[in-house]
Amino acid sequence: MSFEPKIVAFLCNWCSYAGADLAGTSRIKYPPNVRPIRVMCSGRVEPTFVLKAFASGADGVLICGCHPGDCHYMEGNYKAARRIPLLKKMLKQLGIEEERVRLEWVSAAEGARFATLVKDMIAKVKELGPFRREGGFDE
Amino acid sequence: METIKVGVYICHCGVNIKATVDVDKLTQFSSDLPPVSVAKSYIYLCSDPGQELIKKDIEEFGLNRIVVASCSPRMHEPTFRKALRSAGINPYCLEMANIREHCSWVHDDPVTSTQKAEALISAAVAKASLLEPLEEKEIDVIPAALVIGGGIAGIQAALDIADTGFKVYLVEKQPSIGGHMMQLDKTFPTLDCSACILTPKMSDVGNHPNIELHTYSEVVDVKGYVGNFKVTIKKKPRYIIEEKCNACGLCVPYCPIEMPDPFNMNFSKIKCLYIPFPQAVPSKYVIDPQHCRYTLKRECKQCELVCKDLKAINLKQKEQLIQVEVGTIIVATGFDTFDPILKPELGYGLYPNVITGLEFERLSSASGPNLGDLLIHGKKPKEVVFIQCVGSRDKSLGNEYCSRVCCMYTAKQAHLVREKIPDATITIFYMDVRAFGKGFEEFYDRVKQEGVTYRRGNVAEVFKRKNRLIVRAEDTLLGQPMEVEADLVVLAVGMVPSKDSPGVAQLLKLSQSPDKFFLEAHPKLRPVDTASDGIFIAGCCQGPKDIPDTVAQASAAAARALTLIAKGKVSIEAALSVIDEEFCSGCKTCISLCPYDAISFNTEKGISFINEALCKGCGTCAASCPSGVIVARHFTTEEIMAQIEGVVL
Repeated sequence: MSFEPKIVAFLCNWCSYAGADLAGTSRIKYPPNVRPIRVMCSGRVEPTFVLKAFASGADGVLICGCHPGDCHYMEGNYKAARRIPLLKKMLKQLGIEEERVRLEWVSAAEGARFATLVKDMIAKVKELGPFRREGGFDE
Repeated sequence: METIKVGVYICHCGVNIKATVDVDKLTQFSSDLPPVSVAKSYIYLCSDPGQELIKKDIEEFGLNRIVVASCSPRMHEPTFRKALRSAGINPYCLEMANIREHCSWVHDDPVTSTQKAEALISAAVAKASLLEPLEEKEIDVIPAALVIGGGIAGIQAALDIADTGFKVYLVEKQPSIGGHMMQLDKTFPTLDCSACILTPKMSDVGNHPNIELHTYSEVVDVKGYVGNFKVTIKKKPRYIIEEKCNACGLCVPYCPIEMPDPFNMNFSKIKCLYIPFPQAVPSKYVIDPQHCRYTLKRECKQCELVCKDLKAINLKQKEQLIQVEVGTIIVATGFDTFDPILKPELGYGLYPNVITGLEFERLSSASGPNLGDLLIHGKKPKEVVFIQCVGSRDKSLGNEYCSRVCCMYTAKQAHLVREKIPDATITIFYMDVRAFGKGFEEFYDRVKQEGVTYRRGNVAEVFKRKNRLIVRAEDTLLGQPMEVEADLVVLAVGMVPSKDSPGVAQLLKLSQSPDKFFLEAHPKLRPVDTASDGIFIAGCCQGPKDIPDTVAQASAAAARALTLIAKGKVSIEAALSVIDEEFCSGCKTCISLCPYDAISFNTEKGISFINEALCKGCGTCAASCPSGVIVARHFTTEEIMAQIEGVVL
């Protein structure tokens, strides 16, 4: 059987979760590999959530927030925009491919964009192969 | 400690979920999860019997946490929270698994869709087991509304609210209210004179004891939340003291500077000390600082000297900031017309006899530059060509939408040409004629009977040959290229979002649809609500529409705003953040990150403290706390961690 990656997606309630909802209402199809978790703001996403996802068996993590300037909480997405790149640097040092973590902006109107993004991420992670570490990955 | 007993309820949503996801398998799967006492599926959980099923089980099995696997929580979370409350358990003990929008509607394969739905349910159950009951606070709603935009939408909304007896602050950026509707000549399909039906409403606004009108003003800052907005309005200097000016107009002849008249789409000139149009509300003069010799060069003060008795002119007037507090906001910021410069092949801007639909309105209007005589640069046009869908239904411009009004305003304008110039040749190039409203088809038929030629075709270009304008097009019904001579070409420009709308969107945290008009909370069921509680939208800022639709929507927005104001109380989100005093190290990291200044430092205790009245529950502080002692309620670290484990099942 071919490798089907599991992608955990943290979606902010106001823009990206609504965008994913719109993909649903518009019946825009994408593969079921993505597993969304709703947070109020992309600024709520702790770097440890990403690590936890990998530790629990995810092959990739997608974090989606409102476009710059559109954050429902004014600047939570900017906080995410600072945190996630730092995390990616750290992951790189641990030998984890940067492409497994992605921070993207998806507005409430961008259902199609959400679907495209998910497809793209799945394809990239498929290329990378499954996330696994010799001797397991300890939290 | 209470024993956690979870009930899982899986909705078929008719066949919306059931057709793709195996609901029986899901029910079996759910009932096997450790904390789950009971799992059931039902055809429509949101229906009364569906909710009754949950309520009955809560009683019978002593359930204290509920998972509903159905549509998006953005859709029915309030519904099921209510059901929980009426069954006597805390509404925050609910978690939803979105197996419709995020699963059955976006996936085709029943096997993998069901697997995903299982993962979503297991995550929801994991989170639900950790959920804490929370208490919502009720706060008072300030019994006043802010209406932004003084076009017909803003006017109608303001009047509806004010007539109910509540205070309204109406803010308009232009010197007078009235908006685009004021510039129109007759209105389709009834041919009412636009100004005649609008001006009574405008003067009602001007005279209403409950309406505080701020023209030539802009909203520059909005703080707070539903029920409690603090708004800053910037009043631009009009160099006229509004309270003193009695619009006598004695100053005007002394003003030496003329400028193009924006109300007449620059077809005529006015003094730079002007009143936008005779029926302006407020009926107060204004000085254009871009043209006035005093504001530009500190020369000339003729007007101030003339107005020596009233002393209503103050050329040194400064802008003013006004603070108001309101419970709710209606956004009615309108539209701009498409700028046909972006379609250079149509010759707009190059040939003076190519004009836009809105310019035609002024040329034709009895209050326009020619007092109703349809003259273009002094001459009566004999051959008139209308081109429809300019800037609408045009993928190359990124405007895929139909502007909804251009077919009918073109038909009306053709009728006006026929009325004013009986022997004119009138040709309309169209893609499709959309005469969908009440009385539209009948009007379109009438115009066709009046000797107007409708040609289905795409116009390739407008150019000049021997001093004549030529419209070259392909008649798509005949499949032939053709040329029509014209004295006047009218471009039926569509509506585009007002150029101010990105700023308004940022100010009020409104989302925009792909077409850049403001996005409603739900396209069908909450068409005037926005994602921001207490903020409503009306009129063309939400999308192109005609006057009756705008008025209806404005009244709808007013009714929605009034439900808040009239009730006087609103529950605010209980899912806020809180700091565990015992373990806070007082590092103050969170203080610098809070966008609402909701966190302050208690020097006595040496710890940080969150003011719940200011916290909005974004959880940014919780994500940053190095000690991990900030709890983002309802989205706690433990809850999310459990959810992650569940979701990667």
